[in-house]
Amino acid sequence: MHETATAVAESPKVVEVESVVIRFAGDSGDGMQLTGNQFTDSAAFLGNDIATLPDYPAEIRAPAGTVAGVSAFQLHFASLDVKTPGDEIDVLVAMNAAALKVNLLDLHKGGILLVDTAGFGEKDLEKAAYKENPLENGSLGDYRVIKLDITELTTKAVAEAGISSKNAARCKNFYTLGMMYWLYDRSCEATLKWIEKKFATKNPDIAKANELALTAGFNYCETVELFQSSYRVAKAPAAPGTYRRISGNEAAALGLIAAGQLSGRPTFLGSYPITPATDILQEMAANKNFGIRTFQAEDEIAGIASAIGASFAGNFAVTTTSGPGLCLKSEGLNLAVMAELPLVVVDVQRGGPSTGLPTKTEQSDLLQALSGRNGDSPVPVIAASTPGDCFWAALEASKVALESMTPVILLTDGYIANGAEPWMIPDVSKLPSIANHLHTDPATFKAYKRDEKGARPWAIPGTPGLEHRIGGLEKQSITGNISYDSDNHQIMTHERHDKVAKIADVIPATKVEGDADADLVLVSWGGTYGSVSSAVDALLDEGVKVAHVHLRWINPLPKDLAGILAKYKTVVVPELNMGQLRQYLMGKLGIPMKGINKIKGKPFKVSELLTEIHAILKEVR
Amino acid sequence: MIAENPASASVALTRKDFQSDQQVKWCPGCGDYSILAALQTTLPKLGIKKENIAIISGIGCSSRFPYYMDTYGFHTIHGRACAVATGVKAANPELSVWVITGDGDALSIGGNHTMHALRRNVDLKIMMFNNEIYGLTKGQFSPTSTVGLKTKTSPMGNIDLPANPIALALGSGATFVARTADNDVKHLTSILEAAAAHKGTAFIEILQNCVIFNDGAHDDFYSTANRKEKVIYLEDGKPLTYAGGTKGIAASGFGTLASIDLAEGEEGKAIVHNAAEPTGTLAYALSRFSHPEMPVPLGIFRKVEAPVYHESMDAQIEAAKAKKAPDLQKLLSGGVTWKV
Repeated sequence: MHETATAVAESPKVVEVESVVIRFAGDSGDGMQLTGNQFTDSAAFLGNDIATLPDYPAEIRAPAGTVAGVSAFQLHFASLDVKTPGDEIDVLVAMNAAALKVNLLDLHKGGILLVDTAGFGEKDLEKAAYKENPLENGSLGDYRVIKLDITELTTKAVAEAGISSKNAARCKNFYTLGMMYWLYDRSCEATLKWIEKKFATKNPDIAKANELALTAGFNYCETVELFQSSYRVAKAPAAPGTYRRISGNEAAALGLIAAGQLSGRPTFLGSYPITPATDILQEMAANKNFGIRTFQAEDEIAGIASAIGASFAGNFAVTTTSGPGLCLKSEGLNLAVMAELPLVVVDVQRGGPSTGLPTKTEQSDLLQALSGRNGDSPVPVIAASTPGDCFWAALEASKVALESMTPVILLTDGYIANGAEPWMIPDVSKLPSIANHLHTDPATFKAYKRDEKGARPWAIPGTPGLEHRIGGLEKQSITGNISYDSDNHQIMTHERHDKVAKIADVIPATKVEGDADADLVLVSWGGTYGSVSSAVDALLDEGVKVAHVHLRWINPLPKDLAGILAKYKTVVVPELNMGQLRQYLMGKLGIPMKGINKIKGKPFKVSELLTEIHAILKEVR
Repeated sequence: MIAENPASASVALTRKDFQSDQQVKWCPGCGDYSILAALQTTLPKLGIKKENIAIISGIGCSSRFPYYMDTYGFHTIHGRACAVATGVKAANPELSVWVITGDGDALSIGGNHTMHALRRNVDLKIMMFNNEIYGLTKGQFSPTSTVGLKTKTSPMGNIDLPANPIALALGSGATFVARTADNDVKHLTSILEAAAAHKGTAFIEILQNCVIFNDGAHDDFYSTANRKEKVIYLEDGKPLTYAGGTKGIAASGFGTLASIDLAEGEEGKAIVHNAAEPTGTLAYALSRFSHPEMPVPLGIFRKVEAPVYHESMDAQIEAAKAKKAPDLQKLLSGGVTWKV
């Protein structure tokens, strides 16, 4: 938290700060995600720039109080441009001993630590493997510790709602939220409205209790001089427009829905629930009024197979998944490559291999997306860079799929999928148009006759006179009949390759950020944009010259990329894998590159990148 | 019934209209030829426009079928025909969708998709060719091969207990389950017509002869010579009799059936077939009949009505539209917004 020396005039107790990172941490049943989301909404509503990082366990309810069951939500809000959820935290809310154990390392010295002492009983300490109570042994001397029996305070505060003591205690997240609202000088009003809307009709007692808890938490801080001061974070500068908060998965779903509307074709989503991609299926299932058919298939294979069937039948077809699901979809994906049907495959990447780290982020499906199929099987691959960008990337993936008659893979990751940021709501009338290749004229129909983009006609069942057969066997160029001819196979392999390569014609020129005249360029892709971009800003502030290229399309690569990267002495590729983009780019461009690689299921911290980049600069100097 | 099909229209088509320009490449004597002919003869009778027919197959000898039909066709990947076809039908309910598959394609690699298409009651007509062998890969045992069958991958005899396609379809909740044979064109055609008229998934096991790798697999009961004695035809509303009326099927215990001898005029001792019998007990008991202990049933085991998948899906979409008009701008704007 960056405090300015001058206190705000009207109240000596309010201190102006530029940027704050809060982490709410508790047991998975403690409602930390809800608390975090509510605080995020209020911050966004007040015009702060925000970035969030939910961090929850793979287990739905791991044994209560254990380290495995800790669920956390981190929020970075500021009066300046925010690109990451923050490296270090300013305020840690720990609802039990395990939450403290897991999260304390990230709290900076002098940071505020608010703990619920009710979560530090003998059993809690035992479950968190604390030999002695950290609240009592002086080990927290570096922090501004506030110890409160929040559970007890909450139970008393909600007594008049007349709910069970168990339910009363569960309101402690709202009590804590009220305290945080006081600390950061914001009113409880929006959350009170939300509680009303969410619980009032279904469960008025619970609504009442939550309202009481929230208000009591706020008032407690107002009355008791718990904190030295409260803090105010002013509005962040932003382009004029109407904004909302959006997560990557919400944005991807909206992008796909918008694409369906813009394409004029009915939308079909064949999918199978998988963490962390399920939200997209849920979001689309909730919007059936757009004519969207969502099919929850029996498995990942049927998810893509049904989507391919729907595409054959003339729908704008989509399948959504995560890494293990993409493995299962490879054969289907290749059928779409061979049948040359439009299809969008969304892969929300998570830690792998195998089941790996289902709720943690990683960028390690890149090579699988690019080439994890039998045969020479070119598939366009695009990656979204931020939560809000998932909308635009989904739209772009859909446009290319329909306009080039090809499957397209959209890569996002668990970090941007679950993370949220303010998003300027686009004007629907200004969204790009999406064309398609529907064909109706029997006189000019040949199933595999290509246009200038290399796309074949989309002749959908129901169209008189265009009856034809397609399939996974090699096709004869132009006619689409089965062909085992060796020369034809070479021709068709080139045709499929060229069709994807031609997509580069519509990819915008590469943007070089940072200092374009530097000797060192960072090449990033996907969800690491925020961290890398922040690191570049920090380096420039230090006076270190560094350039930054962020890739959106990975197959095909932008045409100007080779020329741009060739200008730099040192090319560094930071990514959350063992060097997959680096390996791909080195093979494609023949330029030596260095990697910064983190495989911890977490996004890059800006500080980590800075350390690595400084080390590389020292080495190449 | 057929006239109610949304895909129908009064168009006069003939068998020739359904023959594609591609040379048929099955082995001479293959049972697939007669099945192809049967479908090409059946489709013109249905009054469905040619462009509204889609034939979807998986992988195997039988799955080459779409190439020989002058309709829309999709030769997909091994085992996935039912899943692809589900997408086709859901995406465009106007289409009459036929799935061509085999014992390996539908019961082994694609068993999961078969089961789920059946229980969802997707309006697909699934023609499963059962020759009890893998033909395209040149002769390995399949999930329906008999125990002891010597093949290239079971040189000492097959040790797998075979799957029972009819029992599996019934267990999956299929609403139309039938068995017919490639060498009984009249019966085959009548079953295809009944399947086409059924609303929902129709599962048809077609006993098919692989002349190269498992020749005569079904001959003991279905050759023209043996058929009269060893096949029992299931006809709704008629007593279950066979062997020229000298034998019949009677209840023998708790959900079990037995073969009994019938003297002249004793037809009434045999139970009457009812494919719509609500519990499915009769259909299941019949599905367990196997040669040589019992006659092999051909015909419709089960035909019941249930909600059809695409209708339920579209009803929800219509209900959602009626409740809330689609407004993309509003959707993008979401709940809490703020202006800068």
